Amino acid sequence: MTFEGELSDLYQQVILDHSKHPRNAGSLDSANRRAVGHNPLCGDQIVLMLEVKDGVIADVKFQSSGCAISVASASLMSEAIKGKTVQEAELMFRKFHEMLTGACDTSSLGKLSALSGTREFPMRVKCATLAWHTLEAALNNPNQTVTTESDA
Amino acid sequence: MPHRSLVAPFSDTELEAIRADFPALGLKVRGQNLAYLDNAATTQKPAAVIEAEAAFYRTQNANVHRGVHYLSQIATELFEDARETVRRFLNAKSRREIVFTKGCTESINLVAHSWGAKFLKPGDEIVLSQLEHHSNIVPWQLIAERTGAVLRVWDIDENCDLMQGGLDELLSERTKIVALTHIANGTGTINPIKQVIAQCHAAGAKVLIDGAQAAARTPLDMQLIDADFYALSAHKLYGPTGVGVLYVRESVLEQMPPYQGGGDMIRTVSFDRTTYNDLPYRFEAGTPNVAGVVAFRQAIEYVQRIGLDRIFAHEKELTDFAVQSLNAEPDVKTIGNPKNRAGIVAFLIECAHPHDVATILDSIGVAVRSGHHCNMPLMKRLGINGTTRASFGVYNTKTEVERLIEGLKKVREIFQ
Ligand SMILES: Cc1ncc(COP(=O)(O)O)c(C=O)c1O
Repeated sequence: MTFEGELSDLYQQVILDHSKHPRNAGSLDSANRRAVGHNPLCGDQIVLMLEVKDGVIADVKFQSSGCAISVASASLMSEAIKGKTVQEAELMFRKFHEMLTGACDTSSLGKLSALSGTREFPMRVKCATLAWHTLEAALNNPNQTVTTESDA
Repeated sequence: MPHRSLVAPFSDTELEAIRADFPALGLKVRGQNLAYLDNAATTQKPAAVIEAEAAFYRTQNANVHRGVHYLSQIATELFEDARETVRRFLNAKSRREIVFTKGCTESINLVAHSWGAKFLKPGDEIVLSQLEHHSNIVPWQLIAERTGAVLRVWDIDENCDLMQGGLDELLSERTKIVALTHIANGTGTINPIKQVIAQCHAAGAKVLIDGAQAAARTPLDMQLIDADFYALSAHKLYGPTGVGVLYVRESVLEQMPPYQGGGDMIRTVSFDRTTYNDLPYRFEAGTPNVAGVVAFRQAIEYVQRIGLDRIFAHEKELTDFAVQSLNAEPDVKTIGNPKNRAGIVAFLIECAHPHDVATILDSIGVAVRSGHHCNMPLMKRLGINGTTRASFGVYNTKTEVERLIEGLKKVREIFQ
């Protein structure tokens, strides 16, 4: 692919749309899980709030400041995990992670596959995974701050 | 310092000849000519530097100060000749005042941990400015924690100049050291270091100047500015990575305890007692980056041949042009408007985040940096998360600035 092609793959319409109009942005009074994600290299930040009921992510909201990729990723994630069980969300994260780190079948990822273009921009992969690492933290170590620099 | 306005920038032919000295400038990036506008992070290297480093390993390589054999003698001479070149470059009084380190960061750490550990007492104050790079903040925090000294911050005004009169309020008999950048990497602000040093000395405080950005951009004279400590990195001055310089006034260096222990820094070692080597070797433990230091000399001689006053004039012309061009765009805001600015301009564009801007510019071969530039306290003070930064060197052209401005059109096409 030409670099022009890779660039328009990175900034697909879906991503531009979600970065300009993030879904589920805001704050969630009923949240019982909350985590803050931070990318110290670029200052991107996300606060993720979840309402988990009977093992299901009943509602989700986030507040984020960052680049188009990180905001779009948080927005797409919020749509994808809403109404899913915790296990389903965790499986999704694993698939998503595989998509960005190596070749993998993206068909099961639906709209999330729009972020596969970041694979060609290694410096930007962390922008796409920040929201997901924050989700992991919210589900496993609620009320923690995670940074993109602690994972290997 | 020379009268800058009288110094002419380069002619087109001169600039072309300079560009031809830097092999990396011929690179194609993303299918386009590289426009390298990230010189504040590191500069490209002239062929003379690259070849000197290779030549050292091919024909001169040995350890220094340790052997009587032929190669060791050659390597030691080359290494010490480079020290003399640095001495002249800085107009230091003596070679004993020139310590080689692995970079500006290590130079500052050396001062904090050696001088700081000995002279800082609980309640003593260390003054830093709001413009500092993390490497002129964190070493002071570490030593403050260990000694009970306290950090005070010299604020900036709305132009990103140091607050007028700010130092008057901060300086007291408790102030032991003021650590200040010569040229700020986030804003290009040139600080009035000569006046600052004089004022601090009158108050009995020492001054460390972080010269990482200044060394390649403006003529330096340690005796004129009356510096106590001056730190710089070779790689930002067209030299190799892994080499830095720490200048310390001899009377101050004499009082400083060793920073690291090891070979070369000792005179005699027994298990009861070690005596230390002379200045500056006492502060150069272990095998230094000999090849890097030898090649660094070529970088200094390179900028000296051109003249730092002319490099300053050239970068000033480019920077003024970049600031004007960026400010002419209604949706672009440049960060700070310092009275005196060198080679660096940071900006924000309304429609896009700095990382996205840098990715789009990269797609047309324009290399800029985005993020907080190791200036998190400054970013917080300005209420922003980061910026896109263009920083110029001896070889940059107006055309490259125009390509940057052109690239912003593409940013708008995608993000507006
Ligand atoms: C103002 C300033 N100080 C210190 C440093 C640290 O230099 P180095 O990483 O070469 O040690 C830099 C480099 O970015 C800088 O811009």
